[in-house]
Amino acid sequence: MLDKVIIDGLSFALPLFIMAIGGIYSERSGITNLALEGLQGAGAFIGALVAVLLMQTMGADSQIPYYAAMLFAMIGGMLYAMLHALLCVKFKANQVISGVVINILAMALTAFLTKVINRVVFAAPSDKFVLGVSARWTIPGLSSIPVLGAVFKDIYPFELIIVVVAVIAWYVLYKTKYGLHLRACGDNPHAVDAAGIDVGKIRFTAVMVSGALSGLAGMCFAYSISANYSSAIYVGYGYLSIAALIFGNWKIVPTLAACLLFGFAKSGGYQLVQTLGMPSSYSDLVMILPYVLTLLLLVFFSKHNDAPKALGEIYDKGKR
Amino acid sequence: MKQKVNPVSRFFVKILGNEKYQKFTIPVFAIILSLIVGAVVIAVLGKNPLSAYMNLLQGSGILPKIKYAGGKSMLTDFFSFMNYWTPMIFAALAVAVALKAGLFNIGISGQMLAAGFIASITVGYSTLPAAIAKPLVILIAIVVGGLVGALIGWLKYQFNINEVVSSIMLNYIIQYVVAFFINTRYVDPVSRQSTNVSDAARLTLMNTPIGGFKFDIPLGIILAVIMAFVIQFVFNKTTFGYELKAVGSNRKAAQYAGINVGKNMILAMLISGALSGLAGATYYLGYFCSIQPKVLAATGFDSIAVSLLGNSNPIGILFSSFLISVMGKGSTYMSSTAGLDAEIASVITGLILLFSACGAFIQYKVKRAKDRIDEIEKNKGMEGTK
Repeated sequence: MLDKVIIDGLSFALPLFIMAIGGIYSERSGITNLALEGLQGAGAFIGALVAVLLMQTMGADSQIPYYAAMLFAMIGGMLYAMLHALLCVKFKANQVISGVVINILAMALTAFLTKVINRVVFAAPSDKFVLGVSARWTIPGLSSIPVLGAVFKDIYPFELIIVVVAVIAWYVLYKTKYGLHLRACGDNPHAVDAAGIDVGKIRFTAVMVSGALSGLAGMCFAYSISANYSSAIYVGYGYLSIAALIFGNWKIVPTLAACLLFGFAKSGGYQLVQTLGMPSSYSDLVMILPYVLTLLLLVFFSKHNDAPKALGEIYDKGKR
Repeated sequence: MKQKVNPVSRFFVKILGNEKYQKFTIPVFAIILSLIVGAVVIAVLGKNPLSAYMNLLQGSGILPKIKYAGGKSMLTDFFSFMNYWTPMIFAALAVAVALKAGLFNIGISGQMLAAGFIASITVGYSTLPAAIAKPLVILIAIVVGGLVGALIGWLKYQFNINEVVSSIMLNYIIQYVVAFFINTRYVDPVSRQSTNVSDAARLTLMNTPIGGFKFDIPLGIILAVIMAFVIQFVFNKTTFGYELKAVGSNRKAAQYAGINVGKNMILAMLISGALSGLAGATYYLGYFCSIQPKVLAATGFDSIAVSLLGNSNPIGILFSSFLISVMGKGSTYMSSTAGLDAEIASVITGLILLFSACGAFIQYKVKRAKDRIDEIEKNKGMEGTK
């Protein structure tokens, strides 16, 4: 049972985490990003579309569509995120408005396009792309370690991708010059500008990164939770990851802890209901666990919760 | 040195340049622009955009349809449109009040659900007569929504918990708790939703026959319009409104000025929550008469954009919510008549919101063009005197 808690918990926490990292990139550069929800959906839409197209030519057994979907979900998310970047950086729109609008537009566009593409390309009146279930791997040796071995058991291939991408993202943000500039943009964009670095450019790329990572996350949710792509992808995990990153104080490692908390509380609660043999409706009640826990923890840990200083401010060169 | 002005930019400066009317002209310009883009999309799909837009208005009872089923008329459609419109007004007002104090209430859906649910189980399933039940529904919705809102404000003030996070958490908590109670106690085995509330408690008088036609009369619409004017008054003419604005624009400065920031933040969230509660009552016990478990109303999220489209101004919100509701309500009729997917209406809605979000940019561009034209005119004038 503990195995199951760890396996399911990780497969939920990791996509959430990678999306939250995207959010951290954007927000540390000074761009409020409420658009994560829309970005993950739009990215996953492109990924799923590529996957179903490839599956037609390659057959259902091929693993290529799966990885192509991950890649194209990142590209799709990145391209769609450019809209948010354009609005926030170039058009000086209110970032909160832009984020909400990006979400609304993503939901409308993907629902509409899914329907049209199904009708025109596949000649089927359907509002979803069927993806099939992801393969699962068990790493021999490591997985037989008691308790912790479950971390290496029944893992989705995307979990490995996420770990690799997350490590790279962490390295770039904290150990490279670009990361330093990015973080400075969120706290003191004028100093960055004075150093001769283009604030707009850095913020633009940061939002694109958040789009790519969100797209990856959305694709993972599509493969692990529902095995198809439909508007059911917009269940609010984007907002949840925003909560996680604020809880994690806009830092990557504490955010991982917040995501793991969500993941394990969710899978743990679910397993609890199953082992105690409670009726399934009780799982709804247990589902509130991660959220109640978060609220309680926030009561104790929010005193030093500080957003990046220039977060949400439109950068204006003339203003000092 | 001769400079030329592009006649196109001269035209735009002429219609958009007057700063006094920009509050009005720029959103209208953005809306027209998005309708044009939407028309191109519809045309690409091989349909007539003009008739599709007409269908939207016909579906909302603003233009007459070609024929009506028995007992129905254009007014029937318009009443049913108002029924749909009402929760959106309340929800968008809720966003505006919180925003005035610099708070972002993203938990409107949750507050709506909490209020709608409590009002349903206390009054909706009782046998109270209409004269008592209806006011009681409104009262309970205000109290429940207000309490949830105030909780978010208090958490922010007392523990520095970011209101975005706490309201998202509360959205989930309310959603699951309500689903639990509906599934275990109040479920309708056929529809898998909560059982219908009594007609006495419902804020919409369904199928009321007047002069041979039947109408769904939404009582909430009157309250919603009154509310918009009341809030406009509070914002502009009262000390409380002034304090809210001060807290919203600069919390520290407000504090130095001796304004009780905490009290104002909690109060703003209380009012915002109460308005969300009203949205919930008119949604779950008005437009609908039951609750679908584990689903948050999209109204709560759309209202954020609607409020901003209306410049967060209560009267502006009446217009923006009207427009967005026409898109939503009319889409069913459009899809059945024109053979277009109903989703195209939400795409156009998205475009409207997108272009409106660029309002500041349009304003900036117009000002730049205007300054240039003024400059050139001045130069010309000087040349003339030489």
